Amino acid sequence: MKTIQKLLLGLGAGLLLIGCGNNSKEGSAGAMASSNAEKVYLAPGEHDEFYAFMSGGYSGNLTVYGLPSGRMLKEIPVFSQFPTNGYGYSEESKAMLNTSFGFVPWGDSHHPDISQTNGELDGRWIFINENNTPRVARISLTTFETEEIIELPNSAGNHASSFVTENTEYIVAGTRFAVPNPQRDMPIDEMKGEFKGPLSFISIDQEHGHMNLEFQLNMPGFNYDLAHPGRDKSHGWFFFTSYNTEEAHTMQEVNASQNDKDFIAAVNWQMIAEYIKNGGGTKVAGTYAHNTYDESTMTATTEMKQGVISVDPREVEGAVYYMPVPKSPHGLDVDPSGRYIIGNGKLSTQLSVYSFEKIQNAIQNKDFDGDAYGIPILSFESVLEGVVDSGGLGPLHTEFDGKGFGYTTYFISSEVVKWELGTWEVIDRQPSYYSVGHLMIPGGNSRNPYGKYMVSLNKITKDRYLPTGPELEHSAQLYDITGEKMELLLDFPTHGEPHYAAGIPAEKIKAQSKKYYELEENNHKYAVKNEADTRLERNGNEVHVYATTVRSHFAPDNIEGIKVGDKVYFHITNLEQDFDVPHGFAMIGANTSEILVMPGQTKTIIWEPKREGVWPFYCTDFCSALHQEMQGYVRVSAKNSNTKLRWSLDDEWKD
Amino acid sequence: MKSLIKISCIVLLGLLMACGGNGEKKEKDPIKVGQQSRTEKKAEPKSSSSAETTTEEDLANLGIGPVNSVDIEEGIDQSLANRGKEVFGNLCTACHKMEKKFVGPSLINVTDRRTPEWIMNMILNPEEMIKKDPIAKRLLIENNMAVMANQNVSREDARAILEYFRTYDKNN
Repeated sequence: MKTIQKLLLGLGAGLLLIGCGNNSKEGSAGAMASSNAEKVYLAPGEHDEFYAFMSGGYSGNLTVYGLPSGRMLKEIPVFSQFPTNGYGYSEESKAMLNTSFGFVPWGDSHHPDISQTNGELDGRWIFINENNTPRVARISLTTFETEEIIELPNSAGNHASSFVTENTEYIVAGTRFAVPNPQRDMPIDEMKGEFKGPLSFISIDQEHGHMNLEFQLNMPGFNYDLAHPGRDKSHGWFFFTSYNTEEAHTMQEVNASQNDKDFIAAVNWQMIAEYIKNGGGTKVAGTYAHNTYDESTMTATTEMKQGVISVDPREVEGAVYYMPVPKSPHGLDVDPSGRYIIGNGKLSTQLSVYSFEKIQNAIQNKDFDGDAYGIPILSFESVLEGVVDSGGLGPLHTEFDGKGFGYTTYFISSEVVKWELGTWEVIDRQPSYYSVGHLMIPGGNSRNPYGKYMVSLNKITKDRYLPTGPELEHSAQLYDITGEKMELLLDFPTHGEPHYAAGIPAEKIKAQSKKYYELEENNHKYAVKNEADTRLERNGNEVHVYATTVRSHFAPDNIEGIKVGDKVYFHITNLEQDFDVPHGFAMIGANTSEILVMPGQTKTIIWEPKREGVWPFYCTDFCSALHQEMQGYVRVSAKNSNTKLRWSLDDEWKD
Repeated sequence: MKSLIKISCIVLLGLLMACGGNGEKKEKDPIKVGQQSRTEKKAEPKSSSSAETTTEEDLANLGIGPVNSVDIEEGIDQSLANRGKEVFGNLCTACHKMEKKFVGPSLINVTDRRTPEWIMNMILNPEEMIKKDPIAKRLLIENNMAVMANQNVSREDARAILEYFRTYDKNN
């Protein structure tokens, strides 16, 4: 261990560990390795202690893992079409992916965060942001389904999101790519002073979780990167890191790293909310889609909304300040007590720790060091509480264990460093394999972290697993953090690129997890609740098939009188009322995905038959010993034929 | 090897029978296996002796599950029977018809063949029943291994379905 540590320190600036990939690291075999195995081993049938929700990055989705086993439990489709179950393909779910730019089939999901009450995880919902077409989604932790997606107008690169205040009052969404606001046709190189970086505040309805874009704080055009809310003592404030305060419009790799310091924006959102309540702010243009999924009708709808309240930060005195922070910071983290705000200067070796109390004093004493576009800059010395100087390179992100320690990832030196709050002393450091981005401690963004495990989300996988060609999954590593030294327990691959994760004790959501949908509560427009009601209806060239499934047949399973050129809607209701009995539906030649229909649920796909003949459909989910028999036929006749529309099951024909 | 052929014949026969169809069409079937005429079937392939039970045993069998005894009034509770008909229609008819064998057995006169407790336990606890109960085990084999689905019917609704069966059997 020691030699690695020395080696690390010796490597010095700029030298990446990535290439080193040797096998002489942790697991010194023997007794230690076997006790590590016991810590992550779950006997068959045993459940994990924590859920870990990992963003899928460019998969656009959210993946669910169990800890400590590292087993993947589910992929929840959020911002991307998901042919596995028909999300984004089925008629009911397509609207979830509508935006002001039209239907967007893909997204880049980033930072999940679980709802809170009194600063503690409450297990109601999990939120996640989308970077490319700025959006925030809400996912139910009862059904594990995406229930709502709201777009952010006037913004670009929604990276500083989706962080939750301690009673889930607001979710924030930042602007990582400053843009003209309002958008307009103008020369790129005239960006400076002209572009803006609006910070959106989305309020949450506590009963249903519905999101409402309450206001946008129209900040100067820096790149707002990450954020965290104040908590406990600092509740009511939000903190955002920014980079490119140079406002460079090209070659940012170099040009956005010129300033010695960038800014953390400190925003008193309570004050601004009050200002809005009293009629403050200006309604400005902005078109955005607001998509909601109704569990009762099992159908998503899009409302295209117009206009948003914009707030000029200079108009609300005492609400918005900048704090200098060294070297293009990435993560912005707040300790469980809310006293300390941590800036992770990614191009430096240090963490800057700010004291909330000192910030308040500096504001009171007007201890300013100039201003940026009229926003006061608090003097660095007056707000800085301490510096964590570990000698590591490229600090990105910090979480807390609730026992007085912070854990920071260092991307360039590829390690996790444990340090003590208050003394700012380094306690331990462990290498990561390789190039860790963010890390996660369950509850790490709350007043009450569960400091048993820490997961590092590593960007480079290289030789950690059997090679699978040039493209690899990313790699997570699980550490035991109950002792003074962090102990690496387990590697496991993760899907897409997990930028961040949120963990929660399993008992907080396990019992409420829905097992199936009650047929009696199914209010889908095209649901049929028993086989007697199954039927076909023709309306011009549209044919609606009201069909049901049960182990193991479709009703009807023979259909005639469909014609070339018809648009056939298969509305499939699963009549099962038991846990884990889905049926799938796939139709030969359909230009869409299958649908996977949960018990009690109704889903729809469209088929436009192109050729005459007798064409099969079948169940895609192995549902019983008679699953292979779960199939049916559709007879397709010529466009102008007189074949009668009729349907049957067991040769009982109806029309 | 011989037994394998026998088994294959039985399986093939079963498949053909599952094809259903009526008299006329059958004559046209180009595949004929064995000597039995298909109309003779309906009598299922002989199951092993351990799965067989006598009528007396059946009428003493309460099944396995939450229902140990059911109070049955002499008359019919019509509103309960109506509720039972509704629930049966929504949750059961995809597999069970009263007058004909469908996926599962025809249910006419089921109250003469089974105890009320057995009927309710079969509705409420099908997984355990088809594993352990001698009648349910036999029925699973007779019905082409189609498992009885647990439709998460409440105990009250299972009682209502029983009342519907009683009404039906009284009137038919």
